[in-house]
Amino acid sequence: MDKKNLLNICSFIFLFSAISLFAVTSNDAPKSSTYEDECINCHIENDIMPEHFSKSDIHWQNGLSCAGCHGGNPNETDEEKAMSISNGYVGVPDKKEIPQFCGKCHSDLEEMQLFQPRIPTDQVSQYYVSTHGKQLKLGNMDVATCTDCHTTHDILPASDTRSTTYAINIPNTCDNCHGNSELMSKYNLESIQVAEYSKSVHGIALLEKLDVGAPACNDCHGNHGASPPGVISISHVCGSCHVNNMNYFNNSTKAVEFSDMDIKGCEQCHGKHLIHKTNDEMISVGEASTCTECHSEGDDGYIAAELIYGKLKKLSSLYDSTKVVSEKVNIMGMNNIEIEYSLKNIRQNLIQSRTLIHTFDTSQVFEKTNEGILASYGALKLADNEIAEYFNRRLGYGVAIFILILLAATLYWKIRSL
Amino acid sequence: MKNKKIEKVENWLDERYDLSPIRNLIQHKKVPVHGHSIWYYMGGISLFLFMIQVFTGLLLLMYYIPGEDSAYESVQFIITKVDFGWLIRNLHSWSANLMVFFIFIHMFSVFFTNSFRKPRELTWVTGFFLLLLAMGFGFSGYLLPWNELAFFATKVGTDIVAVVPFIGDSLKVILRGGEDVTGATLSRFFGLHVAFLPAIFTTLLVIHLFFVQRQGMSEPEEFEKLTEDQKKYIPFFPNFVLQDALLWIIVLIVLLSLTLFFPWELGLKADALASAPIGIKPEWYFMFMFETLKLLPANIWFIEGEAVGIFAFTIAGLIWMLIPFINFSKKKDLNNKIVRWIGIFSLLYMIAFTIKGYL
Repeated sequence: MDKKNLLNICSFIFLFSAISLFAVTSNDAPKSSTYEDECINCHIENDIMPEHFSKSDIHWQNGLSCAGCHGGNPNETDEEKAMSISNGYVGVPDKKEIPQFCGKCHSDLEEMQLFQPRIPTDQVSQYYVSTHGKQLKLGNMDVATCTDCHTTHDILPASDTRSTTYAINIPNTCDNCHGNSELMSKYNLESIQVAEYSKSVHGIALLEKLDVGAPACNDCHGNHGASPPGVISISHVCGSCHVNNMNYFNNSTKAVEFSDMDIKGCEQCHGKHLIHKTNDEMISVGEASTCTECHSEGDDGYIAAELIYGKLKKLSSLYDSTKVVSEKVNIMGMNNIEIEYSLKNIRQNLIQSRTLIHTFDTSQVFEKTNEGILASYGALKLADNEIAEYFNRRLGYGVAIFILILLAATLYWKIRSL
Repeated sequence: MKNKKIEKVENWLDERYDLSPIRNLIQHKKVPVHGHSIWYYMGGISLFLFMIQVFTGLLLLMYYIPGEDSAYESVQFIITKVDFGWLIRNLHSWSANLMVFFIFIHMFSVFFTNSFRKPRELTWVTGFFLLLLAMGFGFSGYLLPWNELAFFATKVGTDIVAVVPFIGDSLKVILRGGEDVTGATLSRFFGLHVAFLPAIFTTLLVIHLFFVQRQGMSEPEEFEKLTEDQKKYIPFFPNFVLQDALLWIIVLIVLLSLTLFFPWELGLKADALASAPIGIKPEWYFMFMFETLKLLPANIWFIEGEAVGIFAFTIAGLIWMLIPFINFSKKKDLNNKIVRWIGIFSLLYMIAFTIKGYL
């Protein structure tokens, strides 16, 4: 047996042993789904299991049974003794106590690190900064606490698609309270946020296209520290995804002016929950314009909007016609590689021009649109050349075939005469 | 005045090189005229297409740069930037396919007119090798643009070689220049396509043409049975040559039309890490073999199915090549019948399996 074979056999034995060892270890570990104690036995026997109890619950799955949260002695068969104060029994907490109740473990980094090394433990402190937390402290029992969003005995990690805190389910979770008009009207709050959100560009992306990268309620308002963003913080909230727009806006003269006039940055033009997909008409002076909400005919802002809209429209229509021509060139079987390459640049110019609107500086916008317009002219010229070449080739073919047929006819005549 | 000048050059050459064999050929060579005369032109058309191959191939060589990072780009440059590059590349691709097509027609016409028989056995054998080399040209040339389809087709094609018992794996490594189809494969296919194969092909072609000129056109048995008075001939020069030229012009018209209206697509650049695209197909002249191998079960008896297939094709090829030397029966008529049926079966098999490959 050569060395290579010996090595292979040793590797196999090692691998096999490792797998067997792992298998034994796994089997020996306590399986929460089969975990039993006196609390469970008695509650099942008397059919008094808590509402919405599920064995998929993350605490149950990790071996945390009833006594883990509610205290008591899970090994005691005597009901009285098992649920006695002397055995640390705390029972069902009051709503006001729930954050600390959960925080016993979730605010304890040492405890939580056993399950996830990078788990945050500031949920409770964040919660008390939120409007929900502040109100709870004041004794308002209408507000949401941990269990309202996470459920009580069916808690699943946010990554689980069944979880109430899974990205796609979050609007519905928030809507349970914020969609309740009776409850909201008590606090002079609207109850149409989620209904509006679901029609917005973000809502359509998340709820219809199932794009979990799209923002849900918590992405703008925060999770445990949920609160409505303030005037200044709005651009930061939107800017956490729309970075360039935020930077352009914050560096523009309008940022200070808006703040001084108590106008909310992004929201003023784009709305809040019902944010529609943007279009060039928004920067026009027409009916769909957002500029004319503040500017009127003749002022600088009005003129700037007119000019920017004109340039964007021109670039946008040039982009569309270049695209059509490129497709035509392709169908003709001619070369459209460079045209396609230019199209990518033109599209980039268009996107950048639209983003640069947030600088409120026409010269910066025009620099980009002009770049795109020039590239469009270049691409259209290339397309014209290709189309001309297409016809030239056919013309050349016609001439060549005519000469060849003439030659063939002459030859035929010559052969016949031989 | 002009004739005198030509005469002077002719005399000058004659004095030094004795042009009488050429003069004899031009003056005395005759071509029989009968119902199957049309098949005489097929070899000439194949030759014409080969000349187009050489001409366009040489032009392509001026811009083509072999290599993983340059082959595809250079072909793209040829068809988009070089003046008439698109024409030359398309002519090369189309004439290659037409050449193989006409070689097949030439071969089957020779077979069914019994022209391969004594004394033309070696013409047949050299012709058979020329067909194999033409297919080799096709296989090696297919990879040169380094596009996705060609890359994976070459992968499949060279994989098939590996099933040959004992030497299959080594053959595959030799063909690919390593374990996989890489830039090394491209380099050696390029070498094969532009140097190795042309050298052998040209040598064999010269021998093949020499045999044809030396022995003259084959006459079918029915024609041979006619009396001398009944036999009709036309002079090779100028009649046959002019007819050949007429056909070449017609083929050129067809070729130019195909080139303009059905340009050869370049497709996407080969990417070894990408998954194989749908519709990997070999060139059409390999299709009947490819389809057969696909149909065979994984194992026949204890031997790998593909190995059995390749072995069968090798044996069939050998029989086909040596058919002028094989006597299936002592009775001439029966022997002719068997040979004819072998031909019919082979032709139908190839046509049927090629069509199946495209359905």
